[in-house]
Amino acid sequence: MDYVIEMLGIRKEFGSFVANDNITLQLKKGEIHALLGENGAGKSTLMNVLFGLYQPEAGEIKVKGKTVQITDPNVANKLGIGMVHQHFMLVENFTVTENIILGNELTKAGIINIKEAAKKIQKLSEMYGLDVDPNAKIEDISVGMQQRVEILKTLYRGADILIFDEPTASLTPQEIHELIQIMKRLIKEGKSIILITHKLKEIMDVSDRVTVIRKGEGIGTVITAETNPNELASLMVGRQVEFKTIKGEANPTVDALIIKDLVVTDYRGIEKVKGLNLTVRKGEILGIAGIDGNGQSELIEAITGLRKSKKGSITINGQDVTNKKPRKVTEAGVGHIPQDRHKHGLVLDFPIGHNIALQTYYLDPISKNGIMNYGKVSELAQKIIKEFDVRTQGEHTPARALSGGNQQKAIIGREVTRNPELLIAALPTRGLDVGAIEFIHQRLIEQRDKGKAVLLLSFELDEVMNVSDRIAVIYDGQIVDTLLPKETSEQELGLLMAGQRKNENDKKQGETVHVE
Amino acid sequence: MSFLDVLYFIIPSAIFYASPLIFTAIGGVFSERSGVVNIGLEGLMVMGAFIGILFNLMFVDTFGSLTPWFALIAAMLVSGLFSVMHAVASISFRANQTISGVAINLLGVAIALFSVKMIYGKGQTDYIQERFIRFDIPLLSDIPIIGPMFFKDVYSTSILAVGVAVLAWFVIYKTPFGLRLRAVGEHPMAADTMGVNVTKMRYIAVILSGALAGIGGAVYAQSISGEFSHSTINGQGFMALAAMIFGKWHPLGALGAAIFFGFAQALSIVGGQIPYVDQVPPYFLHILPYVLTILAVAGFIGKANAPKASGIPYIKGKR
Amino acid sequence: MSNRVVNILVPVISVILGLLVGAIVMLVSGYDPVKGYLALWNGIFGDAYAIGETIRQITPYILAGLAVAFAFRTGLFNIGVEGQLIVGWFAAAYVGITFDLPMYIHLPLAIIAAAVAGGLWAFIPGLLKAKLQVHEVIVTIMMNYIALHTTNVLIKIVSDGGDNTGTIKETASLKSAFFESITDYSRLHNGIFIALAMVLLMWFILEKTTMGYELKSVGFNQHASQYAGMNVQKNIILSMVISGAFAGLAGAMEALGTFQYAATKGGFTGIGFDGIAVALLGANTPLGVIFGAVLFGSLKYGALNMPNEAGIPVEIVSIVVAIIIFFVACGYVIRYFLEKMNKKKEAK
Repeated sequence: MDYVIEMLGIRKEFGSFVANDNITLQLKKGEIHALLGENGAGKSTLMNVLFGLYQPEAGEIKVKGKTVQITDPNVANKLGIGMVHQHFMLVENFTVTENIILGNELTKAGIINIKEAAKKIQKLSEMYGLDVDPNAKIEDISVGMQQRVEILKTLYRGADILIFDEPTASLTPQEIHELIQIMKRLIKEGKSIILITHKLKEIMDVSDRVTVIRKGEGIGTVITAETNPNELASLMVGRQVEFKTIKGEANPTVDALIIKDLVVTDYRGIEKVKGLNLTVRKGEILGIAGIDGNGQSELIEAITGLRKSKKGSITINGQDVTNKKPRKVTEAGVGHIPQDRHKHGLVLDFPIGHNIALQTYYLDPISKNGIMNYGKVSELAQKIIKEFDVRTQGEHTPARALSGGNQQKAIIGREVTRNPELLIAALPTRGLDVGAIEFIHQRLIEQRDKGKAVLLLSFELDEVMNVSDRIAVIYDGQIVDTLLPKETSEQELGLLMAGQRKNENDKKQGETVHVE
Repeated sequence: MSFLDVLYFIIPSAIFYASPLIFTAIGGVFSERSGVVNIGLEGLMVMGAFIGILFNLMFVDTFGSLTPWFALIAAMLVSGLFSVMHAVASISFRANQTISGVAINLLGVAIALFSVKMIYGKGQTDYIQERFIRFDIPLLSDIPIIGPMFFKDVYSTSILAVGVAVLAWFVIYKTPFGLRLRAVGEHPMAADTMGVNVTKMRYIAVILSGALAGIGGAVYAQSISGEFSHSTINGQGFMALAAMIFGKWHPLGALGAAIFFGFAQALSIVGGQIPYVDQVPPYFLHILPYVLTILAVAGFIGKANAPKASGIPYIKGKR
Repeated sequence: MSNRVVNILVPVISVILGLLVGAIVMLVSGYDPVKGYLALWNGIFGDAYAIGETIRQITPYILAGLAVAFAFRTGLFNIGVEGQLIVGWFAAAYVGITFDLPMYIHLPLAIIAAAVAGGLWAFIPGLLKAKLQVHEVIVTIMMNYIALHTTNVLIKIVSDGGDNTGTIKETASLKSAFFESITDYSRLHNGIFIALAMVLLMWFILEKTTMGYELKSVGFNQHASQYAGMNVQKNIILSMVISGAFAGLAGAMEALGTFQYAATKGGFTGIGFDGIAVALLGANTPLGVIFGAVLFGSLKYGALNMPNEAGIPVEIVSIVVAIIIFFVACGYVIRYFLEKMNKKKEAK
């Protein structure tokens, strides 16, 4: 067997967290090998080990049959391993050529020979079909071309083995097609590729074999030609037996949140929400299922007033809150458990008690005539700490010192006690232990039973399926389908989340899809 | 005075007031381009001025007319060494670079004055005997109109200053060192993945800034003031920083900005002898450089884009 | 080792290291460090006059420290305390010489004028930071120089071409006959009460008011504050203005207490920059500022005795102060060593 790369029994730990547990990956010469897994499964970690950014606790790496120690990216480079990063490592105001030759400059009498370098790059780009303009500045070129520059960086250093980390995350469908052509060309020229991705369509289109990782463990390697998206999806999400959340039937009533044709751009000006429509009713929990990077964060930020929307409208309880300030949105009856609890949810250096007052500090009875009544803050804090089982030494403990779960409980307590008509819970159980997760789910259901609307955003499929009354799948900035949990399955959701549409799959497979 | 006479009068002054600023501003460019904010340039200039005068007074008998040049070298070495403190604090110890800079400023002034009092028993040094001399550049100073403007009565240090600025431009934009320097200041992680040693580059840049600021201070002391006291360097380091910002972190831009600030300084000192200008209350001339700086930093005079990673300590492996 | 203990240890260790470095510098320069520090001690506590003058010196230091600390709490570097102090000084002196009012109006008026002047001077950098995200460090430093020139020109105008406003009227003076009598005619004045009152005020604002809650929140985490509905820009400007007001008051201390006039200056007073040291050492808390001011005020005044008694230039103390700031800035390293020592202890 002609393996160019063998990663055998790799174990990588971060403190007590095991990111990679005894994973084996073998790359054949001249193949495109896909590495598939959900968010947080451990794919990027494994590749960072290969590229020398992390050192494994156990396991062996062989390059072309020889055991090696890859201590830093320079070593990886010398071994012929190059990485095309998900978040580009490009200096914005340098030209394409300057970025490619950085650290490895061609010189003539001490001066960088830009002309020669540009020529070399031009040749290289023609050889591999990577259309770039060597003299253009990175900040002026398209994302697709930026990625080609990343690829050229590896080729310029003589890489034979290329690792692509989620390469299609920021590309348009056209650019994705071009990239696939490029990868095939690279193989023709004798390279070997590892492709990290969660997108099943691309895996089926371009890879030879697929290794699946789930929650840090290697599940297995299959030959692409012998499998299909359904099987891959089921391997990816697994069949976990998590306890089912006990809940009664939902009684949805009027619309609480109406989103029409929403368009939101991210900080780079790229559209992340591309004409989204969504409705959440009082008395129901709507869960948004999707893989990170499909516009969820921008959607939530737009609803809560933290980000401006370019087009469309957001109506809450009959009030138009499009592009209104956060406080106006809050006062329209919204509670928000933010995705990034350390950034938006808490002032970590404040005592937990003060954090509990963050949304209501300016109102009577906490604030009167500009003077804070910390006694009332204390009352509120103690009440919430008790009611929501926030484990802390006291209300004066800095929020920083609490565990993630207890921080989250405090935030939920704060938001829920305000009795919002619409509660937005973004990744509410991220990083929490089972006990805290169960507790939080109960609270969300409680709100729903009180007749409130709950919008749940989660990357955990079982959470979405257990807790939601309705599920909306988000993909590429739009809601692609809305289903009832009892009428769908994890496989189907996995497919939708990965961009496979139901009808498309029908056409491809030529058979009826059974929905369990 | 005709308009031409005014120019013949003011431009040489502007240039030699600008030279210390040019050296220091170029130093600032190196440091900030690598991502390290160096507010301490003022203190480094003070140190340079002090060492320059001290060396000059101590060794004038040994080196005669060449003394000022050797003094420059001494100043360069000492200030370069002094700046290692800032480098260690900002790069290795991840200290807040602004506070470290403020400490360097206070320390530079304190050490210099302490030493003066210790050595000379009073608050200022004697006047130096050997200063930098002015001369006419042969041939060039005979060119009609611009000859007497730029090439007559010129300090050799002014020529050196312009030379350093041009050399800096060359190094930063044409050599591998310069490319890596700029990369480290814009996107240290990218540079790291390409095998560039971020820490080493930043150390070199900060030490360079110290060395150049030292030269700037010594040039000022040895051509303009002639002695050292607490008021020798009074804000020139900050003005150089402003010139750097005004010049958009580009050596030639900093050169132009420094000449502009030198011009403003010259105006404030000799403006009373120029028609029209002598009508303007000296107050406005005095505050002109500072107001200009604020306008430049606020982006009213073009957008000021500092190197992206400026002021942020680089922690390896943080993803 | 709890966080609180570490927070107190870092400044303490920095001070000790600073004094040590000072001793080394003295040794290397051929001076006797013991004699030197003894002279320093005597300069502070030697007699009633010294103690009086020391407390007088501490007075503006408290206010300058409050100014820097207050700004730091909102995530802002106010390096412009020096300039805000100078304009406050002039404003107080101007009111002091211009108006004829009974003391219970005149004195407060002069003090308020100083606070307003300082606040206005800080408003500009605050506005630029809030609206245009302009870094306040360079702007405040530039404002220092502009303040210097501006007040010099204003003094010239007010004094008809002279370089001194002339002595302020008695009704605007902070002089205290009582203090003069018990401190052998030192210049210790009633301003110390104002300074301490301001410490209380800063404590009150930060710990008791809604404004303080918002200011602290914005200083710690702008994102969470924004989400909590706070107006981040308004709070940034407010913080700078209050900080500037404290600085202006420091100037009032000098105008109405120490000197009784405002004169043209050839350079900065240094109080503003030392205020940075005071705030840093006091970990930006009101109580800490008092300790920092006591330390640095004493050092500054006591140093004046060093040339007389030990033949050492006063700048040695400036060196010590700068070194202390340096070490506090490198606090991370001190913390690192403390933690390492702690781990070794626990491993045993």
